[in-house]
Amino acid sequence: MKMKKLALLCSTAALFASQAALADINVGVSLSSTGPGAALGIPEKNAVALLPAEIGGEKINYMLLDDATDPSAATKNARKLTTEDKVDILLGSSVTPTSLAIAEVAVESQTPQIAIAPANLPPEKDRWVFRTPQHVNVMASAVVAHMKAKGVKTVGFLGYSDAYGEDWLVAMKPMLEAAGIKFTTVERFNRTDTSVSGQVLKIVSSQPDAVLVVASGSPAALPQTALVERGYKGQIYQTHAAANPAFLKVAGKAADGAIMPIGPVVVVDQIPDSHPSKKPGQAFVKAYEEKYGAGTFSSFAGHVHDAGSLLQAAVPVALKKAKPGTSEFRAALRDAIEGAKDVVGVHGVFNMTPTDHFGMDDRGRVLIRVENGGYKLIAN
Amino acid sequence: MDLQIAILLGQDGITTGAIYALLALALVLVFAVTRVIFIPQGEFVAFGALSLAALQTGNAPATLWLLLACGACVAVLDGRTALARNDGRKLVAVLAANLGYPLLLAALLFAFSPANLPVLVQVALTLAIVVPLGPMLYRLAYQPIAEASVLILLIVSVALHVMMVGLGLLFFGAEGVRTPPFSDARFEFGSILINGQQIWVVLVSALLIVALYLFFDRTIYGKALRATAINRNGARLMGFSPVFAGKLTFLLAALIGVLSGVLIAPVTTIYYDTGFLIGLKGFVAAIIGGLASYPLAAAGALLVGFLESFSSFWASAYKEVIVFTLIIPVLLWQSLNRHHVDEEE
Repeated sequence: MKMKKLALLCSTAALFASQAALADINVGVSLSSTGPGAALGIPEKNAVALLPAEIGGEKINYMLLDDATDPSAATKNARKLTTEDKVDILLGSSVTPTSLAIAEVAVESQTPQIAIAPANLPPEKDRWVFRTPQHVNVMASAVVAHMKAKGVKTVGFLGYSDAYGEDWLVAMKPMLEAAGIKFTTVERFNRTDTSVSGQVLKIVSSQPDAVLVVASGSPAALPQTALVERGYKGQIYQTHAAANPAFLKVAGKAADGAIMPIGPVVVVDQIPDSHPSKKPGQAFVKAYEEKYGAGTFSSFAGHVHDAGSLLQAAVPVALKKAKPGTSEFRAALRDAIEGAKDVVGVHGVFNMTPTDHFGMDDRGRVLIRVENGGYKLIAN
Repeated sequence: MDLQIAILLGQDGITTGAIYALLALALVLVFAVTRVIFIPQGEFVAFGALSLAALQTGNAPATLWLLLACGACVAVLDGRTALARNDGRKLVAVLAANLGYPLLLAALLFAFSPANLPVLVQVALTLAIVVPLGPMLYRLAYQPIAEASVLILLIVSVALHVMMVGLGLLFFGAEGVRTPPFSDARFEFGSILINGQQIWVVLVSALLIVALYLFFDRTIYGKALRATAINRNGARLMGFSPVFAGKLTFLLAALIGVLSGVLIAPVTTIYYDTGFLIGLKGFVAAIIGGLASYPLAAAGALLVGFLESFSSFWASAYKEVIVFTLIIPVLLWQSLNRHHVDEEE
């Protein structure tokens, strides 16, 4: 009898709690703060605490879940968030496979999603899904332009044997062809590999003018050091996913001279004052490092901040059309994000269109060279 | 592919193979004595490397707190038994080993800044911190179910592995580390360049294998462990405690794991979850040895190392597939050639 009463009490309390939450705007967040994607997910989780607490007079509730970089856990999270918590929008996840898993639920439940990974989707599924990170094309075009300007004729490719490596390969191929540059060899490695000597030997013996390493964070340091140790003298290009303090620390001296395309927020103090992201970028880096310690900022946190910028622009528009917690509001929010024009984030400027749910242009990237363990902005 | 590339790949294969060989030996040893398939073996590699890196940045590694916590648990469990038996001397010994030792180590670390010590002292400190976790984990996780079936022991191993990977993420963060090499020496033979760390890896592995051989062949404890592996009940009747055998085995396994981690930390980047894959490849080698034969396991480890380095040259996208597919013909051959005696039934 006692148990029954307790259960009744609990369910009533839960009912009241959920009703109270219904009046506000609920944002469901699923990030990969453990598992292989933890290097991305942890700074992103940190950045959630800095997202706006109130937009257009409405309180925003963030429900933060961890998907352990596991697509099936991400699906479960997304289902829980959409059915139990009735969220108005989904945020996440940190890497492409988990983001694609959430996208399935987003499309099915007609909930808008802002992914924090550059996940590609076929057009019919793209309707509810937006992303804050730059499309790989935006980054790749900067690399190819630099190669062309420097007279590079041949490139060796050493990338992850996963979706990230594949995306870069697919993006680079037509651009390189147009620029008259050839791949000498395409090699793959895994994040957890303890040696890339074989791949590096093959690349060095094919004598390319430049090498492109496609990897993220500190795992990108292994090919970098292996190439330098093997005496490779050509230009080494890294991708934006490698741009974090751990890469610089692990690669040490070997990283010097590497060139990579990155979001402007990483070198926010060096970009010209005319860049729209300069001011918000500086403010965000300052706020982040005040909360989590100097030197802890990572560009991944910036993508979560930019999701907040999109929300800040879209929510007031959607509020005029419908009440939060309804399917009408979710549809209105989706339309408002798709209509976002000149929304300034720390990584660049968003102009969403029905066919482009990435929204970033050339202002979303700069090229940098690694010098003495730091980044130096170079002209595109 | 010319001769020079083949030599370079072979050199790489020997270095990684040496590490796999050490881990394979540890896995065979643990299985033979305790019937535990020790999946967390790889975590000792990662914990060793990451603790050394933490020491070098001048921090007390978080594994020290794990040691304190595990020590406290063991002290409570064993101390209670000693109290119930009114065994004062045993109580003192238990407290000294499980509480006194970690606390002394912690005091030492805070008294001397570890960042400025010579590399070999840092390595010794790392061993002193991480290796005792082996017998403590045995006491906490395996000893209470020592008589259970292989399957149950395996499930506990998986649980322990998942727990240790999670703790690794909590302790060391998601990013990898690379420690400075023990020596910057480089040797050139014609066009072949061998760096000092590779020699360290191969030499220490070879030394350790010889030392293990001597231990099992010449010392009374080694012989007792071998006896336990052959017949647990027989060894017990001869007065050799299976609990002690288990602890000694886990001490050796942890020692091998941590030493492997310390050795490869300067040649590769180690992450909190790197250990699993390294351990798994050691496991492939151990399977080649039928989880029983030490020389076959060591040979298997070298085979895995070579296969890995040559396949990363020829078909880098299929490297892991090639290495792990190796296990299928080996298992087929073993199941056709062997009389399977299951002691469980």
